[in-house]
Amino acid sequence: MATTTTPPAPPKKVNRLGLEIAAYKGHRSTLCAGCGHNAITERIIEAFYELGIEPHRVAKLSGIGCSSKSPAYFLSTAYGFNAVHGRMPSIATGAMLANRTLVAIGVSGDGDTASIGIGQFVHLMRRNLPMIYIIEDNGVYGLTKGQFSATADLGSKLKTGVVNDLPAIDTCALAILLGATYVARSFSGDKRQLLALLEGAVAHRGTAMLDVISPCVTFNDHEGSTKSYSYVKDHDEPLADVSFVPFFQDISVDYEPGTATEITLHDGSRLLLKKLAAEHDPTQKVEALRVLTEAHDKGEIVTGLFYVDTKSKDFLELLNLVDEPLATLPESRVRPPQQVLDEVMEELR
Amino acid sequence: MATTHVATREAEVHVEPHKVVNDLSIQVATVNGSGSQTANSVLLRAIFQMGIPVSGKNLFPSNIAGLPTWFTIRASKHGYIARRKEIDFLVAMNPETADEDVRDLRPGSAVVYDERLNLKRLRDDCVFYPVPFDQLVAPCCPDAKLRKLVRNMIYDGVLAKLLGIEMEEIHKALFKQFRKKAKAAELNWGAARAGYEFTAKNLPKADRFFLQRMDATQGKIIIDGNAAAALGALFAGVTVVTWYPITPSSTLCETLTDYVKRYRIDPETKKATFAVVQAEDELAAIGMVLGAGWAGARAMTATSGPGISLMAEFVGLGYYAEVPAVIFDVQRVGPSTGLPTRTAQGDILSTAFLSHGDTKHPILFPCSVEECYSMAIEAFDLAEELQTPIFVMMDLDLGMNNWMADPFPYPQKPMARGKVLTAEDVERLGQFERYRDVDGDGIGYRTLPGTNHPLAGYFTRGSGHNEKAAYTERPSDYVNNMNRLARKFETARQRVPGPVFQEAAKAEVGIIAYGSSHWAVLESLDQLKQERDLEADYCRVRAFPFNQQVKDFVRRHRWIYVVEQNRDAQLAQLLRLELDAEEAKKLRSVRHYNGLPIDARSVTDSIVRQEEEK
Repeated sequence: MATTTTPPAPPKKVNRLGLEIAAYKGHRSTLCAGCGHNAITERIIEAFYELGIEPHRVAKLSGIGCSSKSPAYFLSTAYGFNAVHGRMPSIATGAMLANRTLVAIGVSGDGDTASIGIGQFVHLMRRNLPMIYIIEDNGVYGLTKGQFSATADLGSKLKTGVVNDLPAIDTCALAILLGATYVARSFSGDKRQLLALLEGAVAHRGTAMLDVISPCVTFNDHEGSTKSYSYVKDHDEPLADVSFVPFFQDISVDYEPGTATEITLHDGSRLLLKKLAAEHDPTQKVEALRVLTEAHDKGEIVTGLFYVDTKSKDFLELLNLVDEPLATLPESRVRPPQQVLDEVMEELR
Repeated sequence: MATTHVATREAEVHVEPHKVVNDLSIQVATVNGSGSQTANSVLLRAIFQMGIPVSGKNLFPSNIAGLPTWFTIRASKHGYIARRKEIDFLVAMNPETADEDVRDLRPGSAVVYDERLNLKRLRDDCVFYPVPFDQLVAPCCPDAKLRKLVRNMIYDGVLAKLLGIEMEEIHKALFKQFRKKAKAAELNWGAARAGYEFTAKNLPKADRFFLQRMDATQGKIIIDGNAAAALGALFAGVTVVTWYPITPSSTLCETLTDYVKRYRIDPETKKATFAVVQAEDELAAIGMVLGAGWAGARAMTATSGPGISLMAEFVGLGYYAEVPAVIFDVQRVGPSTGLPTRTAQGDILSTAFLSHGDTKHPILFPCSVEECYSMAIEAFDLAEELQTPIFVMMDLDLGMNNWMADPFPYPQKPMARGKVLTAEDVERLGQFERYRDVDGDGIGYRTLPGTNHPLAGYFTRGSGHNEKAAYTERPSDYVNNMNRLARKFETARQRVPGPVFQEAAKAEVGIIAYGSSHWAVLESLDQLKQERDLEADYCRVRAFPFNQQVKDFVRRHRWIYVVEQNRDAQLAQLLRLELDAEEAKKLRSVRHYNGLPIDARSVTDSIVRQEEEK
């Protein structure tokens, strides 16, 4: 009898921590098949895997809605907090105050952000809290069966034929005006661009706001919708071809002079923006707002990195917090000694 | 004076022809924003320094400048520090209210007033002391712009001479107040002296009220409840403070901010061991507290009724997802905006059950500045031990007014951080289920985000969850979880501060009170005994849920008066929920809800009336 030897199993692919991609996966999605949110979840898994972020350091945060369910579908060994509707930013802020060593990623939706949560969104952007804030933007409320949200475009049509007669809130323009330091828009169907922008967001220190157009296959993927797969594919105008080079990879990329912008992020990673149609300097706030306004006037959905500021201090730096997490400082560092109480009492006598 | 006109028993008791020593109340009526605060606190402190028990109540409008404001100082050799209704000495500086203020006085009272107001015309059964404030202030304050601020110090000098307050004590109090502003102190001292000298020359003593040095304040401090709670938070090791300004709670976080900046900067790195964030609203403030509590920080916020209403949804999440949080509610008069600068105990019921669904929360009732301090510390321990939001129910009277107290004790127990598993614990146990009732007390074990173990992570949610924190809508999972939370509430019942009793022998009548009503009740107990020969037992509840001792107290008495500062007898209603039907029938109510701090006379009158009706 001939003996057969099984060929050795090919070595499993691991990241710089030696973890397989399985370590970054979550529970099975309960969203509709074909939902854009599931594609975004896939990219989040890839980004955290490729950058080698330790799952236990990650805080996954969300509000309420279809989008807000998705943190359960990635990094199942991380720490999740599904908060109340529109109020994830305050939970994220508190968590980061308590433990500045966490990597916070918040997943919100267009209703959760631009309607009920606009107040907390505005103040989160303004504080430049170090976190990744993703809007899974489909222009409708899914869980309550298809009402318009505040990011639905003027003139966009619901399945029922109802036409939206109010202008959309542009969350990117708003974020830039308010002080977010990494602002981008992408499309759940553009795997390459979304992954690069997400990786850039992880490497950035400050509020990284990504508005990701993510079609709702059940309630907003029809003729007359401006957030359907076909509409977004037809009207998507990428600003640049984005690629990401993590700090631990020594790759030099050559471009012809004047054809690309290179941005070095906080951890030393680089974003390479290769010019497509027109020139865009993402370090210029006014320029970013101009691009957004013009695209809007032309009916185009412009995607890419609009704005990045690697110099402004983030909220935790402004607060001058100690390096260790406040949460676990020992009693000796947070309860002043008896003599302090004596001193205060003496002043009150 | 025709005694036949004196209809009330009250007047019979108080109108005495002879000298009254160390038992009076002074009311200063001024215009908001006129800088009377310095003059008033110097007065209060000088009396305190003379060893006389004293309390001060600021009755102010919701306004920055221009509306009437009153400051009441009560000196009492008996140590009574509740507000007293009756005024003995009026300082009338506000033309707008002077006439009414004078008409409200009882015969025999004294009035110090700006001579231009010509108040003597109003009645002839009080003693009037006209003072030419403008004439007196000019020579001691050459800068005309500052006169408005210095002018009020004159009445300190006038009162010092008339009542016998020692000028050295005025001087000491004034220079303590202006610690770092010697020039301002000198200017004010000049004004006080001018008032004193004018009085010595021109105003012979004609009333019967006197203050004399005694020895009842030795070693004591003066502090407001908000500052006391702030100190409690400081010594509780608070690390995250998030808040939104609202009267009357703002100074709690502001004072705390001063303390942490002073005492909680790491000496080596010069970095902060705390974070204070002024949030965009109360929803964000409580959200940040919950986020921080979830991640393991000792986190708190302070607010008042409107803020509590806004926090309702998040507090339900805190209850259901079991996140530690400490919330100070410095209560003011509602509903709605209500009387924002007036005091009440009106948030008891709404806070006990704040949020939708079956929710209930432990709430603490400090009655004194000492308890604002000690219960603040206790609240942080309870929040982490019970893994739930804890409310500390203060009120404007307690929070914003100055109270005498013994110096606060340094915490005797180490911080209790509750059931938190480290990575090593999880490794040793080989499993982790966030919401499993391992110990039978309804409290599960938690891990903190960042704990480096693959089994330590979990998903916190406000939606249905099972013992493993996974999403579920299974009926049995829901019921198990809710029943465990109910068990946890029973654990809380044993852990929260129990009642404090003051019992006479064989009294049939009991009184239950809480929070700042305590001081009026103490005085009322004496009044009832002295004036009516009615002895009553007293049970001061210090927290909800009530423990068995409170129920036993009700059982031991024929009937119970529940004293509180709201219209709807909110604590009595909470008690009824927990008492047997027969016991619940014993409850009667004494309610005070006009925005002013409760006084003993109102309590006594109400109890006497109900006793007569029975």
